[in-house]
Order: sequence, then structure tokens, then C-alpha cells
Amino acid sequence: MEKLKYALFTGCTAKESTPEQMMSTLAVANKLGIELVELTEASCCGASHLQDYDDFLSLVLNARNIAYAEKHGLTMVTICNTCQLNTAMTKHRLDHNAELKAKVNAKLAEVGLEYKGTSQITHFLYAIIDDFGLDKIKEMVVKPLSQFNIAPFYGCHNIRPSELQNETHKSPESAYKPTSLDDLIVACGGASVDYVEKTKCCGFHAELQAPRTAALLTGNAVAGAMDANADWMVTPCPLCHLKLDTQTHHASVALGREVSLPVLHMQQMVGLALGCTPAELGLNHHVTKVDFV
Amino acid sequence: MDTIKSQQVTFKVFRFNEETDYLPYYNTYTLDVTHEEVVLDILNRIKWDHDGSLSYRRSCRHGICGVCSIKVNGKGILACKSRLFDLVEVFGNEITIEPLSTKRAIKDLIIDKKDFWDNHAAIKPYLVSEIEEHPAQEHLVSPHDAEKLLEADYCIQCGACHYSCPALEVNDSFFGPAAFAAAYRFSADVRDEASVDRLHIVNEEAQGVWDCVKCMECAEVCPKEVNPIEKITKLHNMVFEAGIAKNNVATRHAVGFAHSIEKHGLLDEGELVRYSEGNIGVLKHVPVALKMFAKGKIVLPWNMPKADKLDEIKKLIKSSSTVKF
Repeated sequence: MEKLKYALFTGCTAKESTPEQMMSTLAVANKLGIELVELTEASCCGASHLQDYDDFLSLVLNARNIAYAEKHGLTMVTICNTCQLNTAMTKHRLDHNAELKAKVNAKLAEVGLEYKGTSQITHFLYAIIDDFGLDKIKEMVVKPLSQFNIAPFYGCHNIRPSELQNETHKSPESAYKPTSLDDLIVACGGASVDYVEKTKCCGFHAELQAPRTAALLTGNAVAGAMDANADWMVTPCPLCHLKLDTQTHHASVALGREVSLPVLHMQQMVGLALGCTPAELGLNHHVTKVDFV
Repeated sequence: MDTIKSQQVTFKVFRFNEETDYLPYYNTYTLDVTHEEVVLDILNRIKWDHDGSLSYRRSCRHGICGVCSIKVNGKGILACKSRLFDLVEVFGNEITIEPLSTKRAIKDLIIDKKDFWDNHAAIKPYLVSEIEEHPAQEHLVSPHDAEKLLEADYCIQCGACHYSCPALEVNDSFFGPAAFAAAYRFSADVRDEASVDRLHIVNEEAQGVWDCVKCMECAEVCPKEVNPIEKITKLHNMVFEAGIAKNNVATRHAVGFAHSIEKHGLLDEGELVRYSEGNIGVLKHVPVALKMFAKGKIVLPWNMPKADKLDEIKKLIKSSSTVKF
């Protein structure tokens, strides 16, 4: 197989509040022989909040990020569900609206750039499943996670809206019955736990504005995984991770029930199965202690 | 290649009569389903052939009245529009049929939608315009202006988005996506004269657009492709454009992104929380911040990373910004 190579859009959290996500992404890519060219020029995607304030500005900034991936001639790979949504949504809007694309390109021209629409955008989860292949990952597992019940938490912005899924992913999955993360858990040797909340919202994007709503959604998610006898949770989204890992106290208070489970990034789970060390994967950076390795 | 014409499907159907039942229960039916049948056909067959007491709403059978909206394996659907074979492809041969909201069930699949209609009414879902009693000519809307309504006109008030919204599930005050789509529809109409009034209504904390959790569930579930979350975003934009955005944690949270990107290219997460909450409000986040700091998850201001070619980003922000706060 030709060596896989992507333009890596890290997003902001991988540089700040989830350093373990960056560490584990690089560790897993290294194990799988995937080359990642970091888009160091990229700006924040706006995380769906800049879009509320200034939609056109967010389009210009996201188009600029994609333009840099295009300069490399590579598919952009994201490691955050919300970065994935905002970038893929920008691509969708510009590719389907020539007038808007021209307006955005008029701005990009001021800094010598152009959005062409030539680069695809995918999340690292789908890159390793669809492009690298689950079977190959399975073959490379040296430490199967066979003693664990693992609760997948998909995160909203990877699975909804289906319109983007269908455009972006080689094997689009149902927003109501996604399988990618479950399949990855099984490929890593673990047992995938089924629970209603696995496709629900963690509440991250309303944490400051609507703290009780956000806390209840976090609590419901962790409680659902606990009630399904999960040993830990796994997510492809660093924002879900932050919410589920750091906010369990608020969630417990709101829910009136103590809820807490270790939550791993998808990359950390794969890394463990591939034989990476806990230090390489940054497991010491979790607020909710990861005490099973 | 042979096409499968029929297959056996097991239906687990929610049953509850508020006048006689203490708790809901499920009845199970196994039926041969043909490839042209929709969920409403199955409900009819169960009622006509197995149990005449099964209650559900049905009317137009053309996907336009919205009354037959129910949930199948957790997904809100119009019973008259959803083909069984499509659902079986996603969920397999065990299909669970439930009302849109089990906690609002009156009888079987029929729910009390009072909260939905109350929220709908609250946002003034009608055109407000002073017109002469005998106008000399029609008030024409150009195709360009009609396009601004996007798909908001297509809403049939089925309630699928409303009863799938996770924010509404835990916050009874929240208007919900259908009401917001209606608010957008009339506020975006060039003939309407109550746009700002309506924006004030959806701008309130707890009930308004700022409490949306951005999960995209409403866009996903809508059987008419109204895309309510897009309208919610438009309402956010309109609040800023109309100059009525309140200086509160929600609006500062949105504006803070622009400030941070201009300064660093990236988001300064810590500063965003301080900017959004204010110097006093931020104190409530200190306990979590300390835990994160202990785990190496807080970047101190002097170590804040910056995007390469920051001058380029600054230039684009200066040149492309369209609103001020």
C-alpha cells in the first residue's frame, strides 16, 4: 500500500487543553506509517461560535485553512469533530455556491491565496478506518484490549448532518446507528458497549451559556455508559473528551448521582492496542484518572 | 439479480393509556413487510388485523400535515413517508415504534403537544405588517428576497425536531428548533415589521437561541429538510446585525473567538472563558482550572501558541469582518 499522507489540521485544543490528543495522534500515525504534514498556518475554525457572530469571516478563515491543504495537494485530516464539521461545512457551502466562493476568494486573494475545492476533508477516525483499514489495524494489535468493556461516544459533529457525512466519507454511516467507533473498539480487541447516549450530545457548546443543560447532558452520557457496565469511554472528539473528563463534578451535582469514568481519545485507545506506552499517549494528562494501565 | 420483495420484521410497539395504565408496556408483532410499505401501513395493519385499540395520529398520508410523526428506534420520522425497507437497512429486523415523547404519551403513539404549540405561538409565528384596507397593488417579494427564507417555509410542525432536541429535553424553558425556524421564517421576510420584536424574544437567556447545544440533531431528523440549526445560526447573526445583542456570557463567548483568533490565530481557551464570564464570573471555573493545570492542560498566557503567518490572519479579519459588537 502506498504510504498514506495527510495535511493535519490540529485545531486549538490539541495545542492547549488536550496535549495528550496531539501526542497520541502522532504516536498512532507513527505506528501505522501515516505521514502527517501539520498545517502550522491554520487558524481556529471558529468552533461554531464565531459563525454565530460573523458567518462570512468564519468562511474566509476556514477557506484559508483548506487552501493551505490544497497547496500541499493533500487531503486535510482533522482530529476534532467540531473542526471537522466547520471545515467540511465551509467546503460544502463554497463548492455549492459559486457566488459565495468568489466573494471568499476575493478576500483570500488579498493574501495571495485561493480556495479551489481540490482537497478532501476527513477526520482521523475515518482516515484510519477507511484509508488504512480496520483489518490491517487488527493485524497490528499487539496488546488486545480484551479485558475491557468500552463505551463509544461518537460526538455530534462527526455523525451529523448526514449530508456532510455522505459527501466527506468513503463509507458514510448512519447518524442513528453509527458503527465506526464500535468497529474500531472490536478491532482493538475490546468489547463495544451499546447504550442510548452514545450518539447524543455532551453539552460542550453550551457549557458557559447554559451550564445546567450542559451538565445534565454530560451526566446522562457518563451515566448511560456506566449503566451499560463500561469500564471506560472512548471518543474521537477532544471537546467531548474535555466535557466528559473534566466536568463530572458538575454533572454529578446536576444529575444527583455520582458519575465518573475514564475517557480516552480514540487515538489513545488505538495506541494502547498497538503497544504504545502510556507516556507516549499522554495518559497522565487526564483529570479523571486512567488507572487501568 | 433478484430484488427482495418482502421480509419478516418484528415490531415492538409502545402502549400506554393514561386513563387505565400505571406504566407503559410494549406489544410485539411479527409481520411480513413488503418493499413498498411505509410505517403507517404497518400501524394500520396492526390496528386492523391484530389490535383495534392501538392509537396513533394519521391524516394526509402525503408527508405534508405532520400529524403522524413518531419515533422508530429513536429516530423521529413521518410514519407516512418512511419506508420500512430503508429503516430495516439501518436498524435491522427489530423495529421499535414509540411516540415522539414517551413522557408526553396520552394513548399509545399519541402525545400531548401543548408545549410545542405554546412555544410556537410565543415567537409570533405570523407576518406583522401594516397594510391599507384596500391596497392598490400586491406586496410583491422578489425571488432574491424569497430566497432569504431558505427552507424555513417548509416546516409542517410535525414536532420531530422539537422532541429530538437534547437541550429541550433537559430545559423546559427552551423554545426548541421548530419555534426558532418559525421565528427566522417571519423575521427574514422583507414584508415583516416585527423582526426586531421577534429577535428580542429569541434573544432571552434560558429560552432563546443562545442555549442551543449545536448538536445538529434537528437538521438530521427533519423530514422536510428545514435545517433548523441553520436558522438558529441565522438568528444569532441577526441579533448581532440588528445591534440588539446583550452584553452577556453567551454573546461574549461568540465575540471572544474573533478577538482570540486576531491575537493568536488560534483560540486562547483560558482567555475566552475569562472574557466570556468576566473577571468575577470566571472564578467559578477556578476549581476545574486548577485540576486541569495540575494535569498540564492549561497553557499560561506567555506560552500561548500562535499560528504561523499571523499577519495574514489579522489582515483577513480586518478586511472580512462584517459585524461589530
